[in-house]
Amino acid sequence: MAARSEQSTQAPGMLPQSERVLREAFLQQVERIPGGEKLRRCIQCGTCTGSCPVSYAMDLTPREVIARFRAGDIDSILRSRTIWTCASCYMCTTRCPSGIKITDLLYALKRISMDRGIHAARFPVHVLSESFVRTVNRHGRNWETGMMERYWRRTTTPVLGLVNMLRQAPLFLRLRRHGRAHVLPKRIRGIRQLQAIIARAEQIERPVESIESKPITRRVGYESIGS
Amino acid sequence: MAAPTTDYAYFPGCSLESTGIAYDKSLRAVFRALGLGLHEIDDWNCCGATAYMSVKETVSFAISARNLALAERQGPRDIVAPCSACFLVLAKTRRFLQERPALREKVDEALAAAELSCECRARIRHPLEVLVNDVGIAQLRAAAKRSLRGHRFACYYGCQMVRPERYFEPDREFPMAMDDLFRALGAATVDYPLKVRCCGGMQMVTNEPVGLDLTQGLLDCAVSLGATAIVTTCPMCQFNLELYQDKITARAGRDLHLPVLFFTQPLGLALGCDPAALGFEHQVVPVPGDSLTLAEAGS
Ligand code: SF4
Ligand code: SF4
Ligand code: SF4
Ligand code: SF4
Repeated sequence: MAARSEQSTQAPGMLPQSERVLREAFLQQVERIPGGEKLRRCIQCGTCTGSCPVSYAMDLTPREVIARFRAGDIDSILRSRTIWTCASCYMCTTRCPSGIKITDLLYALKRISMDRGIHAARFPVHVLSESFVRTVNRHGRNWETGMMERYWRRTTTPVLGLVNMLRQAPLFLRLRRHGRAHVLPKRIRGIRQLQAIIARAEQIERPVESIESKPITRRVGYESIGS
Repeated sequence: MAAPTTDYAYFPGCSLESTGIAYDKSLRAVFRALGLGLHEIDDWNCCGATAYMSVKETVSFAISARNLALAERQGPRDIVAPCSACFLVLAKTRRFLQERPALREKVDEALAAAELSCECRARIRHPLEVLVNDVGIAQLRAAAKRSLRGHRFACYYGCQMVRPERYFEPDREFPMAMDDLFRALGAATVDYPLKVRCCGGMQMVTNEPVGLDLTQGLLDCAVSLGATAIVTTCPMCQFNLELYQDKITARAGRDLHLPVLFFTQPLGLALGCDPAALGFEHQVVPVPGDSLTLAEAGS
């Protein structure tokens, strides 16, 4: 990723090579969002930040994300905790006076960050998405019990994972007692059919560009990212 | 009740088979009481939720489109999706497939691998919107057998249903559909300023302090306003609001326990459904038993 030294030797107005590559990838994603191009029209009013219920927990506010993008610094956005803190509540998108699809843009940034493996392997949001995707690919339906079991085990070291899992036991038992959790998954009949669809879609989707990137840290949890 | 005039396809979604099972039971009971057909999509699969969408775009739209394709085979009916997340994902899939021919081509190709195809004509509807628009509040009031008098609800709409895919109400900042419905049925509703504020969704799992902050705010406000229950339209909102009340009470230092219902439960009561068919046994924070026995409507 963009080495700081590289950036400082740039002529004014020039973007470093790595930034250009990121920009390219991001703009490709933006093109696919209906209305995505309105990104240009941001007036930096801060309505998004003011409306965001979780901006207090972000390192870059939604407004800053747009500002940094325009200043040619996607790299720092991809390393921020902002894209992972967003709860996808769409408040910013609803209120933005310039019609900017901020939530969808944050999704695009998430995908780029994941494609490039920028975050620690055991980062909670990744592990959760990944556990969910695995469950659905295997059964065709979500199976919360299995998904969460995997999640609690995988977000940390094996020993702590076991501790984490045990700490969830009361919640699980409570749900069980009220008939709200399944011990076993339910598999759809057409699972082969679904898997065929997924396999074909994966083939179609394979990213064209693939750029090597080292994970920034081996630490785990939210402490591993952002400032 | 009149003979069935309208038939809907039904996409329950995974949550309605587990954590949100009371929603499934009460929704079916309400539709039955009103004589509306609800045809479950045979062998539906998980819609992929936002978790899938943020990772693999084409795949997420393709698996979601399988459901639209299966529904089409069963007949040209609007699809009712009660979980706000499913509603959003299915509605977004339909819209994106209509607006982005390039994506449509890819999804068609993926579906063809399973010999499926999809016109994407059927509309995706949230049950609240179906009941309020297709049946109408006046009709629902006329069909009511009991009065919800004495109940004082905080109607919580959450975010996914109200905002991204613009549901029926032009006002995305302060929707009133559920409030109007319950007021017509005899209940009072509190003026709940946080009715569309996000509960944090999956942040409760991935970033618990933030999830607890957001949910605490919602509970605190409802309790302060003297609500007897929070009424929701989504299994995940319901889950976050109901299951962390012990933890939140401990960190807030004040009792924030409050029943959290699906809107179809009190609606079912008003329509005279048997309380036993409305899933109250699944409440973790129990509803006081006497509040389930209602007076006759109009008495
Ligand atoms: S609300 Fe829209 S215009 Fe205002 S700062 Fe945010 S993105 Fe820019
Ligand atoms: S969608 Fe994300 S960034 Fe926008 S207001 Fe909601 S949490 Fe904040
Ligand atoms: S949104 Fe959730 S409940 Fe609905 S189908 Fe998808 S995973 Fe299942
Ligand atoms: S309020 Fe929470 S659970 Fe409900 S739709 Fe919004 S994020 Fe999802």
